[in-house]
Amino acid sequence: MTSTAGYNFAYLDENTKRMIRRALLKAVAIPGHQVPFGSREMPLPYGWGTGGIQVTASIIGPDDTLKVIDQGADDTTNAVSIRRFFARVAGVATTERTSEASIIQTRHRIPETPLREGQILVYQVPMPEPLFRLEPRVTETKRMHALADYGLMHVKLYEDIARHGHIAISYNYPVMVNGRYLMAPSPIPAFDNPKMDRMPALQLFGAGREKRIYAVPPYTPVRSLDFEDHPFVPIRADAACALCGSRESYLDEVVTDDRGGRIFVCSDTDYCRERQAARRRDAAE
Amino acid sequence: MAYVAVKGGEQAIENAHAWLAEVRRGDPAVPELSLAQIEQQMSLAVDRVMAEGSCYDRGLAALAVKQARGDLIEAAFLLRAYRTTLPRFGASLPVDTGAMRVRRRISATYKDLPGGQVLGPTFDYTHRLLDFALAAEGEPPPPAPEAPAEETAMPRVTGILAQEGLMAPEAQSDAEPGDLTRQPLAFPADRSLRLQALARGDEGFLLALGYSTQRGYGNAHPFVGEIRMGEVSVELVPPELGFPIEIGEITVTECQMVNQFAGSKTEPPQFTRGYGLVFGQGERKAMAMALVDRSLRSAELGEEATAPAQQQEFVLYHCDNVEATGFVEHLKLPHYVDFQSELEKVRQMRATAMREAAE
Repeated sequence: MTSTAGYNFAYLDENTKRMIRRALLKAVAIPGHQVPFGSREMPLPYGWGTGGIQVTASIIGPDDTLKVIDQGADDTTNAVSIRRFFARVAGVATTERTSEASIIQTRHRIPETPLREGQILVYQVPMPEPLFRLEPRVTETKRMHALADYGLMHVKLYEDIARHGHIAISYNYPVMVNGRYLMAPSPIPAFDNPKMDRMPALQLFGAGREKRIYAVPPYTPVRSLDFEDHPFVPIRADAACALCGSRESYLDEVVTDDRGGRIFVCSDTDYCRERQAARRRDAAE
Repeated sequence: MAYVAVKGGEQAIENAHAWLAEVRRGDPAVPELSLAQIEQQMSLAVDRVMAEGSCYDRGLAALAVKQARGDLIEAAFLLRAYRTTLPRFGASLPVDTGAMRVRRRISATYKDLPGGQVLGPTFDYTHRLLDFALAAEGEPPPPAPEAPAEETAMPRVTGILAQEGLMAPEAQSDAEPGDLTRQPLAFPADRSLRLQALARGDEGFLLALGYSTQRGYGNAHPFVGEIRMGEVSVELVPPELGFPIEIGEITVTECQMVNQFAGSKTEPPQFTRGYGLVFGQGERKAMAMALVDRSLRSAELGEEATAPAQQQEFVLYHCDNVEATGFVEHLKLPHYVDFQSELEKVRQMRATAMREAAE
């Protein structure tokens, strides 16, 4: 590993961190509202977590304990790469245990273990604009947010129901934050959406390439869009984890052979490991 | 339970990096490239990396080209990631391209003009036949013939047109221009920001967009008023001195496209400018930039914006190749969580469809 001499603590210079923290404060003050910020070029590629990394870099201190997950797992290559980045440029303690972390940076999942007050969940966000598939022009979507004009999204959901009998969005499922702003929860499975609602931990969202930051403060209502006669239903594979037996956690499907064989395992590796350990303890007693 | 969850990301990354280092070097029996060789003999690659990396440093750009195994977008990315950490201690004065030490200067609108046409080191009139003599390492070519430097000034062609009132004047301002590397783009973006984005933008993307304006996607009638390439001085006013000092010299290529404009209710018929300026010798990029700059002025000139090259958001959000390559290539990162929810959704939808078909 090459030397990091010449770089500031957590890579970004202090003025940049202050600029990002100002954007974060504004984001916390207006839950779900996208705040533009002067996103920097990072030594990792855009689309690989530069927004989340900048948010983490501006809030992390030497006493923090960082956990990084991608697809729920600590050992996916990109999670390893980002965790190493912070271990290298900030020298902070890292952990794989959800309960031990003060900051959790995530891509595509919310941990199964409920988060508590004082913890911060930092999401990596590819497209912060929940309306971008319906209206690609940012000038237009800004106006829609200002007027809380979300008819376009409701029509899309209605059309899904008319065509398929149910809403055909399975991840990055749009949410209303604090009854005011429509927000993209980042590409987490819709299964995770209910965890955002009134979560005791602070949720921060960083989109580096799109240069936007937004936030959900602790205990803020977050509602997945639905209709009275078509309520929101989180979906998961109807199976139990092959390793820990969980019927509650979100599962990855693992293809075991070329004859249709497959098993399901927890996507959240820490949750699964804790459950397996508890099982072994129970068996030993 | 026979299944063990996949592990070993950490070791896999180490191994991949080791392999990358090995293939970057190639066969150790072949002498290693020096930065000086890249800088001197791959000079246009170095120029492109400086332009798209938006950092004028030939040595660092050469290092980036070497480290990136010749992948110029990767090299621009390396240079950008270095540039972003550099402190800013001031802004230079605007460079005066009129006072350029010109190595190349051509105009397509006048046969002859003060200062003359200077071809300079160009591929333009070469026959594109592979020169097999280059395959064998030989003596360096004899020095090109030199003429004594002419003292005649080289006025800009657009200035000549402006004297006659034929060239639409540009808005003048001493306001500090915006910087999209510090403040995110907001729309409508003013011209200085658009030019900044285009100057950093991907040559291939701008080339295709500029080309599209020539083929009817956007109503362009461009002429190359002038292209000039050479060295300009960079001057800075240190606050403690209060007067400008020259801090160095950079090579730039400037293209001024002259476009017909039929006039509007408030403006008489005249020519309008499309402007391109890039670090180094980058004529293709400067020309494409000038075409796209002009097409992005459609709103201010009251032209109907119907083509992609006329749409600010489309052009400016997509011209940055470091952003583009990052987001396109991120698709190879794991997406199995989202894919799993898609799988369940598609299965659910198929079940519904099958049931309905059976009924």
